[in-house]
Amino acid sequence: MSEVLLKIEGINKRFGGLHALSNVSLHINKGEIYGLIGPNGAGKTTMFNVLTGLYTPDEGSFTFDGNDLFRAPPHVVVNTGIARTFQNIRLFHEMTALENVMVGRHIRSKANALGAVLRNKATRDEEAEIEAKAWELLRYVGIEDVAYERAKNLSYGHQRRLEIARALATEPKLLALDEPAAGMNPSETESLKALMEKIRDGGVTVLLIEHDVKLMMGLCDRIAVLDYGKKIAEGVPEVVRKDPKVIEAYLGVAHE
Amino acid sequence: MTMDTNKKLAVFIASAIVLAVLPFVVGNTLGNSWVRTIDFALLYVMLALGLNIVVGFAGLLDLGFIAFYAVGAYTFALLGSPHFDIHLPFYISIPLGAGLAAMFGLLLGTPVLKLKGDYLAIVTLGFGEIVRIFMNNLNAPVNITNGPQGINLIDPIQIGGVSLGKAIEVFGFSLNPVHMYYYVFLFLTVVVVIMVYRLQHSRIGRAWVAMREDSIAAAAMGLNIRNIKLLAFALGALSGGVAGGLFATFQGFISPESFGLLESIMILAMVVLGGMGHIPGVILGAVVLTIAPEVLRDVIGPLQMHTFGKMIVDPENARMLLFGAAMVIMMLVRPEGMWPSKRRAAEFKDAKKG
Repeated sequence: MSEVLLKIEGINKRFGGLHALSNVSLHINKGEIYGLIGPNGAGKTTMFNVLTGLYTPDEGSFTFDGNDLFRAPPHVVVNTGIARTFQNIRLFHEMTALENVMVGRHIRSKANALGAVLRNKATRDEEAEIEAKAWELLRYVGIEDVAYERAKNLSYGHQRRLEIARALATEPKLLALDEPAAGMNPSETESLKALMEKIRDGGVTVLLIEHDVKLMMGLCDRIAVLDYGKKIAEGVPEVVRKDPKVIEAYLGVAHE
Repeated sequence: MTMDTNKKLAVFIASAIVLAVLPFVVGNTLGNSWVRTIDFALLYVMLALGLNIVVGFAGLLDLGFIAFYAVGAYTFALLGSPHFDIHLPFYISIPLGAGLAAMFGLLLGTPVLKLKGDYLAIVTLGFGEIVRIFMNNLNAPVNITNGPQGINLIDPIQIGGVSLGKAIEVFGFSLNPVHMYYYVFLFLTVVVVIMVYRLQHSRIGRAWVAMREDSIAAAAMGLNIRNIKLLAFALGALSGGVAGGLFATFQGFISPESFGLLESIMILAMVVLGGMGHIPGVILGAVVLTIAPEVLRDVIGPLQMHTFGKMIVDPENARMLLFGAAMVIMMLVRPEGMWPSKRRAAEFKDAKKG
């Protein structure tokens, strides 16, 4: 349970004069649901973008599953086994749900332009495998009945699930979800929680950013709290929720 | 949407027959100059399909596409004319020109990897002009391209000892060069159509669309944006290069004048007017935009003589005026193109709803 999967040490990220992340270190263990919380502007999404290669950190170290990913480009990060979703859902809106998931298989397939043009047996087999896998994932997240619907026409909850299916298609070891429950009603949140536990039990480690503190406390195995770009607490939910610094920064003072 | 196999087969056979007899029907009724126009339409289909990979599939605005046509044409001309007295057969120089064009595609693609939209358009426009100006000026100190005079007496294609440059008799039929080139062009056009169709419906085609829709999400799915973009530029340029080689041998003469900005814009207009990203639409766009100006040329002069008894507007000017006006109206009334893909038609419909 306590084998370290992702390890970042002393990460710094500045945007001009803004010190968005200062000396943040996190360890995520294999097989856990790890939560990252903090008030608005605390640097959660910045951290996320660093972890998925969209931002290059200024200093620090970043290793994942034995690979050095410091300043690695996104496609290398994905290939190593980190997949993500976005806070403001970023699907390929004009593609169908099925095609969206098939794009997620891109990195786990290898037909090149020549193969595509010749459409040889290897390419055809691979294409069939991509489609089968996409169907499987749509079923896994429970939205196979809208497979041929364009992504933009899906309901909000379905879009969230589709984004998760697309991320899972890359066969991640770590699935990073950026506020997946934002805008969901309590029953949708409840079933999302069940989905995340299913994913974790299926052997994928989950990293979660969330505003909904109650959800996080009930779901996460461990939690880290960011405030003004610094990590102010880390540990099991029961301990973190009682930490005076957390109460002051997040639950107490910064409440809207 | 789903046609059964029989229906598909019937459509296929019918179009094959129409395409096979087309040059003879047209040649005997309208004259061989129209067959020539059809030959050009096929060249433009290849060009438009190539540009469609870059603009329609990958969403990268390219205003210098004609440069690849020029590379293909000059490669063929330099390797098959008295200019250097090299006479390579077409089956070497056309693939060579296509390969070289693809390399130029990479050459253009590499510096513009980070550019989008307007900025990309300006850089590609400059690239197209650079290539043309090079062709225009590479006659000194060493004469490579023969400058503005262009290259003359380019070899016709020879297949099995038969030159396509001279009319021949087959079973009492007179086969003119325009007829023979038609079949060569048709064959290669079909090859290009199959190529782009298969690319579109592959892992790579999906990656292009994903990148066009949201390049950040695409990168987060592990797509190597750099490689996917370069591939689009290279493969688009490839079919441009093939068309260029065919153009050189068909015309027998090329000069930098044929590769100006207006040509690039024309090909872009074919893609946009036809239906960006939709292969049948792009083909239609290329055919219509090649043939429409020629029809107007034949119609406007006689029509004026008929109705007014004299020429009121110079036919050449009226032709371009009408053509331009038709394009403006078309884009206002039907911005998604003449024959858009279902996906894009829906996109435009949603956009209108607001």
